[in-house]
Amino acid sequence: MSVAMDTRPVGDSAHPGTAGAPRGQVTQARVLHAEWIKLRTLRSTFWTLIGSVTALVGFGVLFCIISASRWPSMSAQEQHHFDPVQTNLRGYFLAQLAIGVLGVLMFSGEYATGMIRSSLTAVPRRLPVLWAKAALYAAVVWALMTAAALVAFLVGQGLLASRHIGVSLTDPGVARAVFGTGLYLTVVGLLGVAVGAILRNTAGGIATVFGVLLILPVLAEALPTSWNNAISPWLPSTAGQSLMAVHHVDHTLHPWPGFVLFCAYTLAALAGAAVLLKRRDA
Amino acid sequence: MIEAHALTKRYGARTAVSDLGFTVRPGAVTGFLGPNGAGKSTTMRMIVGLDSPTSGRVTVNGKQYAEHRAPLREVGAMLEARAVHTGRSAYHHLLALAATTGIPRRRVDEVVDLVGLREVARKRVGGFSLGMGQRLGIAGALLGDPATLVLDEPVNGLDPEGVLWIRTLLRDLAAEGRTVLLSSHLMSEMALTAEHLIVIGRGRLIADTSVEEFVRNASGHTVRVRSEEADRLRPLLAGPGVSVTSDERTVLIVSGISSDRIGRLAADEGIALAELVPQHASLEQAFMEMTRDAVEFQTPDAAMVDEEVAA
Repeated sequence: MSVAMDTRPVGDSAHPGTAGAPRGQVTQARVLHAEWIKLRTLRSTFWTLIGSVTALVGFGVLFCIISASRWPSMSAQEQHHFDPVQTNLRGYFLAQLAIGVLGVLMFSGEYATGMIRSSLTAVPRRLPVLWAKAALYAAVVWALMTAAALVAFLVGQGLLASRHIGVSLTDPGVARAVFGTGLYLTVVGLLGVAVGAILRNTAGGIATVFGVLLILPVLAEALPTSWNNAISPWLPSTAGQSLMAVHHVDHTLHPWPGFVLFCAYTLAALAGAAVLLKRRDA
Repeated sequence: MIEAHALTKRYGARTAVSDLGFTVRPGAVTGFLGPNGAGKSTTMRMIVGLDSPTSGRVTVNGKQYAEHRAPLREVGAMLEARAVHTGRSAYHHLLALAATTGIPRRRVDEVVDLVGLREVARKRVGGFSLGMGQRLGIAGALLGDPATLVLDEPVNGLDPEGVLWIRTLLRDLAAEGRTVLLSSHLMSEMALTAEHLIVIGRGRLIADTSVEEFVRNASGHTVRVRSEEADRLRPLLAGPGVSVTSDERTVLIVSGISSDRIGRLAADEGIALAELVPQHASLEQAFMEMTRDAVEFQTPDAAMVDEEVAA
């Protein structure tokens, strides 16, 4: 290869160690930029995010179409219990799977491929990598999922309006539920990032995140009812999902206290990830 | 300049690196040798802060790696070629690394050209051959135009053209006044590339010396003599510290006496010599000679002998 012999330093500076152009330093903003490049240059990012938007919008619209068309044949009791917001936003249940998986992969994907060693060699203080990944992923998930929830809501309520069973964003609690969907999914994503950084393993990370979010509440049902009622409001997903409830459900926390608790669990996981990332050999 | 002081790394009960001290100076290629499991990679990982030492310290240009504000511009490291996400293109991998330190896009193009990856730079790394992966690793190390390079087995997987390329590249980089530390298990490759050697075995320093001296010390200084009158020559060579062995009737392998002296003795007696050849051990032999001890010492009462070697 003819280019091989050209070994002169051709960078933006003179000889290293001598006075040259101002030398760039590692800053949080630069690490954020680097993480943005990493995130947008993996195909898995696109497919997973497209999957989560499709789940949220697709199922949201689908459930509204079904509800609208079946409305006349529903029993009075069914009609009484019909919750137009819950039905409309139920796609979040599938979307959280994609968001959680991609969150775990933010770190576990780097550990699986060895990329983490390049990342931590470039940023030996390490914590800026965790903060950048968490902040960036949270911003991306929040923007996409809030938009998707709004689209799902507007289209879905449009469909329900034909039966006069729709609601408006200005109705009490509705805006909180719609925007809460984006917020809940954002925190699910952050929990994934934290767990991925702690376990450094994709399969283990995914199993842990969904074990906590989906399996714990089901396990708790096996307890005597009084125990379950006492415990389940405090479980992370139950607490977080209370933000999306328009009407208060028995044995759940109030929307904002519940969501704050969910955030606290996630922050604790992030703090654990920070300590371990700093302390462990990469 | 890389300086290690009393560097020690333990993983549980296993000691990977023990009380290791050495200095890697700028302006020369320094080879880092040791049998598998000697602690080379662990030491290199500690140099760039991926592993933290159990005790002791290692600095690059006077500071621990993590204390440098622009580490990529200070030290270029390739510890494993596959420290790259397989789903990303080579170009984007380098672009993301460059972004951490504000290295311009132009420099990414430059290193891609420098290592000869231009045609495949936009392809995903998952499909790269071992040699292409090595070239990408080297591109990453050169990205910040660093004064110090730390490369673990850089010729591994390269074709002969690639080996020649990396050899020339590293020598040129050292000639520019940079500090270059590379590990290799190919001793013959070290003889061609390195000027200085740091040899470790079982995590301890065995030798810190020039390549030349290493070979000189390790080889036994034997001389091969071939003569039809070997029988007549043999008693003439006898003396304190001289040993003569013979596998063939006409061939003597002599140690403890120089070839000059053998030639003169033979001439004085009118013995015709067909061959008079000083035998130099190859770097490979010298290395095996020296590290054989480090391997053999894996017995419970090794501590004492071990220290002699380290001294």
